[in-house]
Amino acid sequence: MNPQALIDGLVAGSTIGLGAIGLTLTYSILRFANFTHGDFLAWGAYLTLTVAGVLGGLAAGLGAPVYPFSFGWGLPLAMLGGVCLTIVLALGLDRVLFGRLRARGADTIIIVMASFGASMALRSLLEFIFTAKPVYFTKALQIANPLGFGMRATPDQLLVIGLTLLLVVALHLIVTFSATGRAMRAVAENPSLAGVYGIDVARVVRVTWIIGAGMACIAGVMAGLLVQIRPYMGFDLLLPLFAAAILGGIGSIPGAMIGGLVIGLAEAFAVQIVGAEWRAAVAFVILVLVLMLRPQGIFGRKGA
Amino acid sequence: MTTLALRDLKAGYDRDLPIVKGVSFEVEEGECLCILGPNGAGKSTMIKAVAGLVPTFGGTVHLNGADITGLASHQLVRKGMGFVPQTENIFTSLTILENLQIAAQLLPAAERANRIAAMFDMFPDLGSRPRTEAGALSGGQRQMLAAARALLTEPKVLILDEPSAGLSPKLVGQVFDTLRRISAAGVTLVLVEQNVRAALALTERALVLVDGRLAHDGPADDLHDGKLLGELFLGHRSAEASA
Amino acid sequence: MELLAYAAFFLTIALTYAIMCLGLNVQWGQTGLFNVGVAGFVGLGAYVSAALTTPDAAERIGGFGLPIAVGWIAAMAAGGVLALAVGLLTLRMRSDYLAITTFGIAVALQLVFQNAEVLTGGAFGMAFIPRPFAGLQGQSFAFNMVNLALTAAVVAGVYLLLEHLLRSPWGRALRAVREDEIAAQALGKNPVLLRIQAFALGGAIMALAGAVQAHFIGFIAPGNYLPMMTFQVWAMLIVGGSGNNRGAVLGAVLVWAIWALSGAAISEIFPAAQQARAASLQIVIIGVMLCIILLWRPQGILPEVRSVSRHLGIRNKDS
Repeated sequence: MNPQALIDGLVAGSTIGLGAIGLTLTYSILRFANFTHGDFLAWGAYLTLTVAGVLGGLAAGLGAPVYPFSFGWGLPLAMLGGVCLTIVLALGLDRVLFGRLRARGADTIIIVMASFGASMALRSLLEFIFTAKPVYFTKALQIANPLGFGMRATPDQLLVIGLTLLLVVALHLIVTFSATGRAMRAVAENPSLAGVYGIDVARVVRVTWIIGAGMACIAGVMAGLLVQIRPYMGFDLLLPLFAAAILGGIGSIPGAMIGGLVIGLAEAFAVQIVGAEWRAAVAFVILVLVLMLRPQGIFGRKGA
Repeated sequence: MTTLALRDLKAGYDRDLPIVKGVSFEVEEGECLCILGPNGAGKSTMIKAVAGLVPTFGGTVHLNGADITGLASHQLVRKGMGFVPQTENIFTSLTILENLQIAAQLLPAAERANRIAAMFDMFPDLGSRPRTEAGALSGGQRQMLAAARALLTEPKVLILDEPSAGLSPKLVGQVFDTLRRISAAGVTLVLVEQNVRAALALTERALVLVDGRLAHDGPADDLHDGKLLGELFLGHRSAEASA
Repeated sequence: MELLAYAAFFLTIALTYAIMCLGLNVQWGQTGLFNVGVAGFVGLGAYVSAALTTPDAAERIGGFGLPIAVGWIAAMAAGGVLALAVGLLTLRMRSDYLAITTFGIAVALQLVFQNAEVLTGGAFGMAFIPRPFAGLQGQSFAFNMVNLALTAAVVAGVYLLLEHLLRSPWGRALRAVREDEIAAQALGKNPVLLRIQAFALGGAIMALAGAVQAHFIGFIAPGNYLPMMTFQVWAMLIVGGSGNNRGAVLGAVLVWAIWALSGAAISEIFPAAQQARAASLQIVIIGVMLCIILLWRPQGILPEVRSVSRHLGIRNKDS
């Protein structure tokens, strides 16, 4: 077996894990499986690309690659803008669609269905605006440096893994120790009791969308940087995202990250055995195994 | 001074089928009041409406003179409402300390630690193990944590929905002892109870709610012999006749 | 004549969607189960029936040349068994686990259609699927008319079966479970078992729809069974009125008409180079329409008779 699969799996798993964080948080706090989450990744990537284009028009030097990476200062700056815009998108969608259904007391599954419809619309809108043709953040080529044991990685890949770790640890600390994190866990357990405790549930819902959409945008940018940007990039990641969130245990940030890494690694190794054309089935097989063996996931509670 | 005042309150889950059909009463500062009534009379719905958990369709609720009708539950907490639901009244996946910290978040930062410490003094069972997950507590201890959480912000009124429900007789005694201490400390107390004997032993004044309307409002002593209460529960007497 | 032949063709396709809608209505409208893998079940039926009925082909397994009816029955069996397996796996859990799992089923089946070349013909799909009344193929009007009649008969058959089932004790138990699971349980109904049965029945009907469609067109390819199809069928059911079988049929014809007309409009308005791009607008329109209906008229055009389902979230509101 090629040890390179380890690096490939970690890189892909970082993107999946980061994307799954938002999914697991909205799932536990807003209590529905959000099918638009994958499209937040794609929108995040395209919005960042658009901001980068505007920035590049303003200051040409921002596009010049900064050694050793394949991109210039423009990309991280643009990503900040992309994160903000993706958050606006998610909050806007909550205001016009999900929030209204919640206020009406609609069943979970109606909200899931609305998210399914919105996901189709969002994705097709991307295709309409940007066409289905793949685009790239950078045209610069990168050479993968040897890491030993027959493994290689580009500086971009190492940066993605590092940034993901940093974000996950930071988020985990926030949710564990901050007042906002406590409020989020409280709302996840019982939103009506949270109100009785004095928690403004609407504010917690906003924070959840902000974190989820922000992480989705960053994950989308990472996937776009390492692979390519396509309107379907998020939809194709949706099943791995769900599988990661359920494998990790709904509501658990470290769980989503570990779930994402497991799925990324499983995909990378499975591809070597059964061929790349079956990659998308790996997440499904893992999902089915989790549902059969431990439906509450690694860090989930029984009965949740 | 009047702490809590309901005027012709109508509430329920369906506008066409109100469960609380126009209830008025006032609670004075420091008073201890219990609300009795047969199953399905609307006691629970009424106090949930007061606490912002059930929609109101008419009438008003005032707390310390301010109109709080229709406010959301989290806004009411800031106005001085302390409500303890009957079941699921603590966050079982959080620790004892975290449960109190969430409530303390409403206080100025400088007071939070003091108030939590004060609650731990009042309920030593909780203070001895603040980092225990609340889900590991016994039924009686859960009620204590629920009460401590509500008291932490020094509410103007503490409303409890059947605090003794589902507890063993020994624990019921414990819970009512705790309530007695709370009342003695000057907290205005309103509780809904099925356990008539224990409730009447605690409170000075009792309301009886039958079919969404007030059937009796008077000193708790009036109801001790049980005959009047029985008639009220069965609907043989109207509020006017008993007054 | 030409136009009538086209109308018959259009209606036949719409009616195959109506069969899918009826299948989905058993799962969603009557039982409240959210299946995000409709395309997978439909595709499964199409491929199973095609594999059994096509003439022998060198490059793949299958091609048994069996009668069409055998293919249809096998398709239903396959759809039913798959739905049964999914039901056993997820129906004890939260309602959205079923949604996620069926979504995964559709993705996995799509991969099988694409990649298991020895069974499915891969990306090129399967051709030479026998068409009913193939002897008439030369006269397009007569051919389209008899096929329309056949498809309409299948729709009518499924419709009557479902209406009969709905009025049976089984149908009442099903609705009881949907409206109030705990009360139904107290009356001795087993909610999980009932749900699994309904899900399997719906899966079998969807697979039948796939088989009927495949035999009418005579050719299948993986690209026919994308999530897009699931989405269309959902839009049809929600527009028509979930819980109402006539609504399901009406919604199928209506949404298919909107789809076909907007497609025609796009090919008129946009230059050829922009048409693929503009076609994505069609999906945006249907997606937004689905959301708007869920927001403002969740009961659809023809609401469910008897009672408006509680899970549509209508409380204290005029309905």
